[in-house]
Amino acid sequence: MKQFHLFDLIGPQMIGPSSSHTAGAARLGNVAWRLAEHQVRKAYVTLYGSFATTGAGHGTDRAIAAGLLGYPPEDERLRDSFALAKEQGCEITFQYSDEKRRHPNTAKITVERKDGATIELVGASIGGGSIEIQEINGMEVSFGCDYPTLLIFHYDRPGVIHSVIGVLAEKNINVAFMRVIRSSRHQRACMVIETDTSVESAVAAQIRTANPDIWEVCRL
Amino acid sequence: MKYQFQSGQELLQISNEEGISISEVMLRSEMEHSGRSKEDILEELMDNLQVMKRSIETGLSPENNNRGVFSGGDAIRMLRFAQNSHMGSSMAKTVAAAMAVAEVNASMGKIVAAPTAGASGILPAVLICCGREQQADDCTLCRGLLTAGAVGCIIAQNACIAGASGGCQAETGTAAAMAAAALTELSQGQPHTALHAAAMALKNCMGLICDPVGGLVECPCVKRNAIGAANALLSCDMALAGIESLIPFDEVVCAMGRVGQQMHPDFKETARGGLAATPTGQRLAEQCVYRR
Repeated sequence: MKQFHLFDLIGPQMIGPSSSHTAGAARLGNVAWRLAEHQVRKAYVTLYGSFATTGAGHGTDRAIAAGLLGYPPEDERLRDSFALAKEQGCEITFQYSDEKRRHPNTAKITVERKDGATIELVGASIGGGSIEIQEINGMEVSFGCDYPTLLIFHYDRPGVIHSVIGVLAEKNINVAFMRVIRSSRHQRACMVIETDTSVESAVAAQIRTANPDIWEVCRL
Repeated sequence: MKYQFQSGQELLQISNEEGISISEVMLRSEMEHSGRSKEDILEELMDNLQVMKRSIETGLSPENNNRGVFSGGDAIRMLRFAQNSHMGSSMAKTVAAAMAVAEVNASMGKIVAAPTAGASGILPAVLICCGREQQADDCTLCRGLLTAGAVGCIIAQNACIAGASGGCQAETGTAAAMAAAALTELSQGQPHTALHAAAMALKNCMGLICDPVGGLVECPCVKRNAIGAANALLSCDMALAGIESLIPFDEVVCAMGRVGQQMHPDFKETARGGLAATPTGQRLAEQCVYRR
């Protein structure tokens, strides 16, 4: 059973009106921004369930837009994020779907990076500002971004995990949680590694080159 | 772990044995579990307090033109009426402050969830407005936040604090209980007196449903923050007057949690019951879909 502490009750600071529909939504957009290496050129957002029906009134769309610009949930620019996105040349398109998803507060965000590559994520705002990322590029994942998180895209071949863990061990970085997901045998796969301490960009770069079957490392 | 508590009874026991206030137990408990220093924790509380103050000022500023979909402007109306208020001007000003924060929240302004965004007006209004009358400094107000946090932790642990889990009683009821206990300690009340105040605040709104029109945190949420602040002041005054809750705090908390479990889903933030289901509520909801 979850143990509650002082700042669960006195906080967080956030932009209203709703921790799930506004703060959580901003965090989902922010994860997409980080996946896009802090530079979103274009984004397509689909809102489902309660996000689609009451999202406009809760500012869910503006919160996701703010996240896509890199703003955290307590940033007061959130209210004006549409204008700011336009100013910064970030094109965001919203769609509303009545398709049923596992969680009522779900968003699918497809971001196009500066280099033209696209990444698609599906995530839900599960209450109190907490989020769960459920899919990345069609692969099922499950993490909350409560810890520093590494996403490693690679081919499903022997030795890849060993190479990654080798680098982390060498840098004395403790793995709190880890999951490996593959589309099918020997095909594209993804490692989600949550660590106790943050992973510097130089370490991420070292992981990227540690094995030829790794093609991308994202720090969240 | 010497300072961890799960119930009001455990909290009082630690407070009695150590001869310390509820706020001091909460502070030591937080230091113990997080490993953070006292200064570090107090600094974060101070930062939250400043955001709380700003949210009241923003909501009561005539220059603030930000509005929610259905709300805005009522906090100022209440403040202007305070001189003529039947409940006394200081109570009216506190109520206006609670509505101000709730309106700021509804208009996508910055607030501190306490315990949630929907009930975020009650604790700052009670603590800051009544603290001002007692000439309390910011450090004393941070003590109030600690006392409020202790009561909130016990309720979250043994019942619930989200409208979706337990209705409005869980949100504004918890906020009122937190505020009532905080104000009691600020007014030199004993720890057991603070828990009587918290118990009475919860009792005063037991069974209150969460029925937001259109699913938005506006109607009736702004006015529920108003009554929540009044509830906190009344409960604190009753406790300071020596009135006790016949049912002990811990049992009131568990009762509230059970009522929340028994509550029909239509009354738990789904916008399918209560005011949300009225003809006017439904009409307003249709108007606000896909629009802001």
